[in-house]
Amino acid sequence: MSTTQDDQSRTSGSTSPTSALVVTLAWLLVSVPLAYGLWQTLVKAAQLLG
Amino acid sequence: MAGLAFLEKKNTVARPGYSKWLIPPAALCVHLSIGQVYAFSVFKTSLVQRFESSQTAVAWIFSIAIVMLGLSAAVLGTWVERNGPRKAMVAAALCWGTGFLVGSLGIAIGSLPLLYLGYGVIGGIGLGIGYISPVSTLIKWFPDKPGLATGMAIMGFGGGALIASPLSNLLLGIYDPQFDPANSGNGASASALAATFLTLGLVYLVFMLIGAALIRLPQGFGDDATAAHQPGRGGALVRAKAAIRTPQFALLWVVLFCNVTAGIGILEQAAPMIQDFFRDGQDSSVSAAEAAGFVGMLSLANMAGRFIWSSASDRIGRKPIYMMYLGVGLVLYILLATFGQTSPAVFVVLALLIISYYGGGFATVPAYLKDLFGTLEVGAIHGRLLTAWAAAGVMGPLIVNGFLDRAGEPGSLVAEDYHPALITMVVVLGVGFVANLLVKTVDEKHYDAEAVRSHSGSGDHSDPAGEPATTGGTR
Repeated sequence: MSTTQDDQSRTSGSTSPTSALVVTLAWLLVSVPLAYGLWQTLVKAAQLLG
Repeated sequence: MAGLAFLEKKNTVARPGYSKWLIPPAALCVHLSIGQVYAFSVFKTSLVQRFESSQTAVAWIFSIAIVMLGLSAAVLGTWVERNGPRKAMVAAALCWGTGFLVGSLGIAIGSLPLLYLGYGVIGGIGLGIGYISPVSTLIKWFPDKPGLATGMAIMGFGGGALIASPLSNLLLGIYDPQFDPANSGNGASASALAATFLTLGLVYLVFMLIGAALIRLPQGFGDDATAAHQPGRGGALVRAKAAIRTPQFALLWVVLFCNVTAGIGILEQAAPMIQDFFRDGQDSSVSAAEAAGFVGMLSLANMAGRFIWSSASDRIGRKPIYMMYLGVGLVLYILLATFGQTSPAVFVVLALLIISYYGGGFATVPAYLKDLFGTLEVGAIHGRLLTAWAAAGVMGPLIVNGFLDRAGEPGSLVAEDYHPALITMVVVLGVGFVANLLVKTVDEKHYDAEAVRSHSGSGDHSDPAGEPATTGGTR
C-alpha cells in the first residue's frame, strides 16, 4: 500500500468491520419509505386491473 | 474551515472493513429525496388556486427545476468530482432543502417568483448536484457491476416519486382537513401548502444528510493524483474536458436525448392518453381513477427498468442493451400505434415496457460512460451528458403536445390523433439506434497521459473488494 493510502487509513480511524446491524438499519431506512410508496402505488394501480 | 474538515474528500475515505453495502443506501437517501420532483404535479391544482395563475405558469416551476438539474450537473460535475461525494451530498441537501423552504415562503406570502427561485432554481441546483454525487462513487465501489450499482441509486430517483406523491397528499390532508386528493378540482389551502413544503424540506434535508454521513470513497481514492482509477475500454482514462470533445460523447448525448424524448413524451401525457385511446365519443371506457392507476404502474415500470435493465447490462454489455432500449422500443411504439387501442391490457403492457426502457436508459448511461472513458472523471462527464435530459425534457412534451394541439381539444381526442406523435417517436428512436451503433472505443489521443502513466505504474488495479478491476465492459 502506498504512503498516501496509509495516511488515509489512519485518517479514517479504526479497522473494525462494519457491523451487520448498521448495514441492516441503513437498508431499512431507505426500504421502509420505498415499500410505503410501492404499496400506495399498487393500491392505486389495482383500480385499473380490477 | 477546520470544523468542516469531515466534508473533505480525503477525509471521506473508508476505513478498512467498511462495508460497501452501506454505499447504495447512502446514495438512495439522496435519490429517493430528489426523486420527489417527478411527483410535483400533486401540487399543481393547489398552486394554481393559490396564485390564481394558469397551469402553464405553475408548470414552469417544474420546467425550471429540470433545466437547472441539467445545467448544474453539467457545470458543477467537475466540482463534485474534485470535492468528493460527501461535500457534494451536503451541498445538494442544503440546496434541495432550502429550495423547499424558500418555496414555502413564496407560497405563504403569495409570491410565485419566489417559488420559481426556491423550488425551481435553488432546488434545481440541488437536483443536479444530488443526482450525480453518488454515481461515480458507486462505480468505484462496484467496478465489476457498475450497471447494478448505478441502477440501485438511479432506481431511487424513480422511487422518490412513489413516496412523495402519497406523502404529499397525506401532509396536505393533515394540514388542511378539507382537502380531498381524490377530487381533482379541490386544492389545499395556502397555509397547508406552505406547511407541507416546509415539512418536506426539513424531512429531505435530514434524510439526505444521513446519506452524506454514510457515504465513503474506497481506499485509494482520497487523492486524485494517486487514485487507483479503473480504465475504460482499451485502457481509456479521459478527463471531462477532453471527453466532451470526443465523437463518443456526442453520440451518447444523442442516444440519451432520443431515449428520454421518446419516453418522456408518453410519461407527460400518460393519464389523458390511455383515456383517449379508449374513447367513444365524449366518453372513455377508462375512468380517471383507472388512468391514475396507470400512471402509478408507469412509475413502477420506470423504477423497475432502472434496476433490472441496468443490472442486465453488466452481463450483456452496454451497446447491446441500448440496441434493445432503442430498437425494441421503436418496434413497441409501432405496435402501440397499430394495436394499442385493441384492448387496455395490450396498451398497458406496451406502455410499461416502453417506460421500463426509458428508466433503463437513464440508469445504464453512467456505466456506459465508465466503459468508454474510465472512472477518472466519470461523474463530471455524466453531469455534462445530463444536458441531454434537460433538452429532451423540453422536446418530448413539445412533440406530443404540438401534434395533439393541432388534432383537437383535450377530452375529444382519440387514438388516431396520437399516431403522428408516435411515429415521430419511432423516427427519434431510429436516430438514437444508429447513434448507438456508431459508438466505438475512444481514441488514445484523448487519454489523460498522466493518469494513464500513473495507473500503469501503480500495479494495483484491484477493486475495493480485492477483485480485479474490469477493463471496462468490452462487450
